[in-house]
Amino acid sequence: MATAYTHASSNKRKAWFWLVVFVLFVVGVGYIFSLALDMPWILPVAIAIAIFQSGISYWSSDKIVLSISRAKEIDKKTNQELYRLVENLSIASGLPMPKIYIIADSAPNAFATGRDPKHAVVCVTTGLIEKLDKQELEGVLAHEFSHIGNYDIRLQTIIVILVGLIALMADWFIYLRFFGGDDDNGNWVFVLIGLVLALLSPLAASLIQLAISRKREYLADADGALLTRNPDGLARALEAISKDTEPLEVANKATAHLYITNPLKDQKDSKKSHFASLFDTHPPIEERVKALRDMSM
Amino acid sequence: MVLWIILGVVVILAVFVIATYNGLIKLKNRVQEADSDIDVQLKRRYELIPNLIETVKGYAKHEKELFEKVTKERSSLVTGSTAEKVEASNAITDTLKSIFAVAENYPELKANQNFLQLQTDLTDTQDKIMAAQRFYNSNVRDFNTKLQVFPTNLYGKMLGFTDFGFIEASNEETKNVEVKF
Repeated sequence: MATAYTHASSNKRKAWFWLVVFVLFVVGVGYIFSLALDMPWILPVAIAIAIFQSGISYWSSDKIVLSISRAKEIDKKTNQELYRLVENLSIASGLPMPKIYIIADSAPNAFATGRDPKHAVVCVTTGLIEKLDKQELEGVLAHEFSHIGNYDIRLQTIIVILVGLIALMADWFIYLRFFGGDDDNGNWVFVLIGLVLALLSPLAASLIQLAISRKREYLADADGALLTRNPDGLARALEAISKDTEPLEVANKATAHLYITNPLKDQKDSKKSHFASLFDTHPPIEERVKALRDMSM
Repeated sequence: MVLWIILGVVVILAVFVIATYNGLIKLKNRVQEADSDIDVQLKRRYELIPNLIETVKGYAKHEKELFEKVTKERSSLVTGSTAEKVEASNAITDTLKSIFAVAENYPELKANQNFLQLQTDLTDTQDKIMAAQRFYNSNVRDFNTKLQVFPTNLYGKMLGFTDFGFIEASNEETKNVEVKF
């Protein structure tokens, strides 16, 4: 039977695999565009712009997210029990103590942000504290700690840069090729391939982004279970959160991927097709619960 | 020519051994740091217990035996190996439970703010000891794995490294120790 360790390492391998695929994809698309347009500067310029844009959001992402979500920082005095749970997990994981924020919303949910473990923030809703018992809450917090320990925010940023690169290059390609005036440059085979890529690659890029995001959720589940030695706590918490039908008001499409489960609650009850699930930010709750229940410590 | 090949192999081997040696030292230091982290929490517990006894004594003078028992057990929080100290801490958790149960008979004590704070602090130190113990064990796991994998297992012992033992949770501890009133 798979242990939490093998879960964690196979998840890590898969995430790396997808990241490598993604980089190759971006370089490949950029290369074909530059051949099609006969403009070799496309890729480096796009990289520079995408890094600059994301660099800013990377440094201040936590502040932006926290203010969008209307979260308030708490300390040991105002919420002793939560503070202590986080403190104990920081001891167990060896990570520095993160800042703790609370969103006043009765929909149970949580997320972690911050560019590295030293600037980490764990944010929970008041609904999460009210609706879960201590072990379940600990499971959720351990999941968030694992995101911090796995540098998922950093990974997320790199992926956003890559997705942005593709979108940027696709836009340029269409613009330069069809509105640029001089139509003679470039090989027509590459122009054709470039056109198809310009239309399809932004979609492919976001699909890879979502696939990686789902892998990281599984990984954080496995690592979180390892941290508390209690996969059942997180499994029960996930079930409780998914049974709760209330959507989180401060969440939106841009921040949905951060949360422990999809806060928008747009999933229908009927089983989704495989194709539709490609667009999910999170893996289905039942499968996450099943993976946790199958884990032997 | 042959001499150069031999020399090259020796240099590569030396670099490899030095690298694993440094890696092992790093992990060993982490284990030792984790070990002292457990000590910090044990010490905190050690310091909280006299306060608890003082507070409870004010209301429940007759529970002398319990006080003596916990005072005696308390000294083992700071003596012996870390595993022994953690074991002692588990035993104290049981004794503390009896003290908290006794408090049930004294409504004034039960309402005492100081007592309530000590009660949560003492439960919390036990949680923290367990957390520190988990961190210790995962560092031990990393160190032992590094020492036991091939080819380090061939010369690791010669460099003076030995496995660390895990601090096991006693059965009592793995149960959910929650005192409800």
